[in-house]
Amino acid sequence: MTTNAWMTSFLGRLSLREINVQEEPAPGLAPARLLKIGAGDWGHFAHEARNQDCRWVAAWGEDNGEELTVNAAFEKDGAYFIARTQVKRATPILPSHTPYYVAADRPERHMQDMLGVVFTDHPDPRRWTRHRAWKDSEFPLRKDFPTAGHPPAPTPPNDNYRFLFAHGSGVYEIPVGPVHAGIIEPGHFRFQAVGETVLNLEERLGYVHKGIEKIAEGRDAAGLARLAGRVSGDSTVAHAWAACMAMEKAAAIEMPARALSLRAIMAERERVANHLGDIGAICNDVSFTFAFYQFGRLRELWQRLSREAFGHRFMMDVVVPGGVAADIGDQASAAMQKQIVSLRRELAGLYNIVEDLPSLEDRLDTTGYLAPDAAKAFGALGYVGRASGVAFDVRKHAPYAPYQGMNLEVPVFTQGDVATRVEVRMREILASFTLIEKLLADLPAGPVHVALTSPAAGTEGLGLVEGFRGEILAYVRFGDGGRIARYFPRDPSWLTWPTLEKLVRDNIVPDFPVCNKSVNGSYSGHDL
Amino acid sequence: MLRILNKIQRIGIVTERLPKIEEPALDEIGAQLKDRIGELFGGSLAIREVDAGSCNGCELEIHALNNPYYGIERFGVHFVASPRHADMLLVTGPVSRHMEAALRRTYDATPEPKLVIAVGECGANGGEFGVSYASCGAVSNVIPVDAVIRGCPPTPLDLMRGILEAIGRRSSSGK
Ligand code: SF4
Repeated sequence: MTTNAWMTSFLGRLSLREINVQEEPAPGLAPARLLKIGAGDWGHFAHEARNQDCRWVAAWGEDNGEELTVNAAFEKDGAYFIARTQVKRATPILPSHTPYYVAADRPERHMQDMLGVVFTDHPDPRRWTRHRAWKDSEFPLRKDFPTAGHPPAPTPPNDNYRFLFAHGSGVYEIPVGPVHAGIIEPGHFRFQAVGETVLNLEERLGYVHKGIEKIAEGRDAAGLARLAGRVSGDSTVAHAWAACMAMEKAAAIEMPARALSLRAIMAERERVANHLGDIGAICNDVSFTFAFYQFGRLRELWQRLSREAFGHRFMMDVVVPGGVAADIGDQASAAMQKQIVSLRRELAGLYNIVEDLPSLEDRLDTTGYLAPDAAKAFGALGYVGRASGVAFDVRKHAPYAPYQGMNLEVPVFTQGDVATRVEVRMREILASFTLIEKLLADLPAGPVHVALTSPAAGTEGLGLVEGFRGEILAYVRFGDGGRIARYFPRDPSWLTWPTLEKLVRDNIVPDFPVCNKSVNGSYSGHDL
Repeated sequence: MLRILNKIQRIGIVTERLPKIEEPALDEIGAQLKDRIGELFGGSLAIREVDAGSCNGCELEIHALNNPYYGIERFGVHFVASPRHADMLLVTGPVSRHMEAALRRTYDATPEPKLVIAVGECGANGGEFGVSYASCGAVSNVIPVDAVIRGCPPTPLDLMRGILEAIGRRSSSGK
């Protein structure tokens, strides 16, 4: 069925159900279509979207004075639409999407904590992003909430959260974090176990909430790009690109082709760097230190060349509104091509070792299994989705420039274990090599930057980019004088963190680190 | 197994007689670091890294200290899992308010005498995030800080130099 065909039948079905939908033009949101819906129908709408087999992508809200606007994004067959409704600020009550989409659970609780929307039939109304830095009667994303807030000094620990409680003979609990072993971001994990087996894991995140959505307000475009580049440091290129794409679409500017190709080269370099590091770290978690050092070595070489070519080991702040801040010459281009040739050779040898080693097979095969139907229900993205049958890749299925027509190979498997998530990442590295080679070979000449004209107040834009963890969505709305009125970044981690709770069940406690690393959710990207 | 040995033999030792490209003096810094650690910490400096709100960029570079190019363990520096085993805290990020209590508790759990280094622009001064309803800003707004390592993120070399300077300062202040 073509995109338009399912959309038409979906809209028809909605009208049959007497769900009143108003399609409105929204050029900045394209390719997504904008559908306005009455607040009372918000839940029924999600029900119908699920019947239509749409994927739930993200939800975010905004304070518009008298009213709060609530958005939810969906996707099917590469076609996106955004459902939008409004509730009275005084009575911000809305049916929940969570009964139809588990993926909506935490995002709706985030909106409840940040904006004060009450989701009536949400199965779990506990707070999520809020710990104790602000009161339950305060909502940081309301316009009358000052950026400085009224935090208690010092902020008390988050020790009055109601965790799920398990009892029975031999059941015990292991609380871990927020400061937990290793050089790692903070989060809390509550295990219930019997013997060595994990019965249940409950995640408690939000520790690195830095108020990103709030402090974005009032920034200029360049300032927003810098902030977006720090939503999750390991995805600095992809997040900055998504935010810039949103701003550029809002401003309706024509982007120079060379700038887009350079962005894609950087995004692929970022993907390769992360995959190299994580494959090594996963092997290290099961004590195969040889691979840890080998992959770590290659990652270091890769990062050094990123610095030589683009001026920064992570290429931070190189993606800027209207283009990129660094151009490359023939020398850098040749160096990148040469490095790919040598890495391909080295990786062929390393992959053989990793794929054949009996001790790795023993630890990684069948460990942390995520069934394809569960992956789909969670809306899993990136390598977590692709190891469990969920193929979606923005570059392939809703391609943006310069990925159109690039014939990208997306590896998809259904075994769903740690070994398969590693396998997906090994193949993605090779696919990125091919992309970089093509992008370098066909690098268009011309400028790498155009000026971003400030769009009128109220103009909005949507960015969709495939980061190394999967689809990143960024929503931007401009206010007066080219200042940002609203920025919402949805890191893929929002959708993959919940899969960890599921896939670690029935594994042994000592396999938690390797399960966690195989998913590698971003704490910062999630906590905002 | 043979393939593994083969690879190890072919690659040999890549650990740098420290980086030629960026910092010719680093061989020296490494040697000094090792000497100081020998003198002051009985040959081994134990660091607990605490992410108090970082974007995770700083963590990636701290991780890189353990890759074979920097191999910071050869100078006697190692990262430990518990603050109770640590001589030094390496703290990143603007301190998020949600991490404030955990950071204080980590600090209290670290035995005296202890050194605290604030890492990155965020750790030094709040960086892009500053002070807000959600962020306490600089690490020194929450716990006493002995030294800062600037950069967004600081490179592995910056980190090594910063650690050396911090312990150098401590020996001269006689703390
Ligand atoms: S200093 Fe830079 S890299 Fe480090 S946490 Fe802050 S924003 Fe991230």
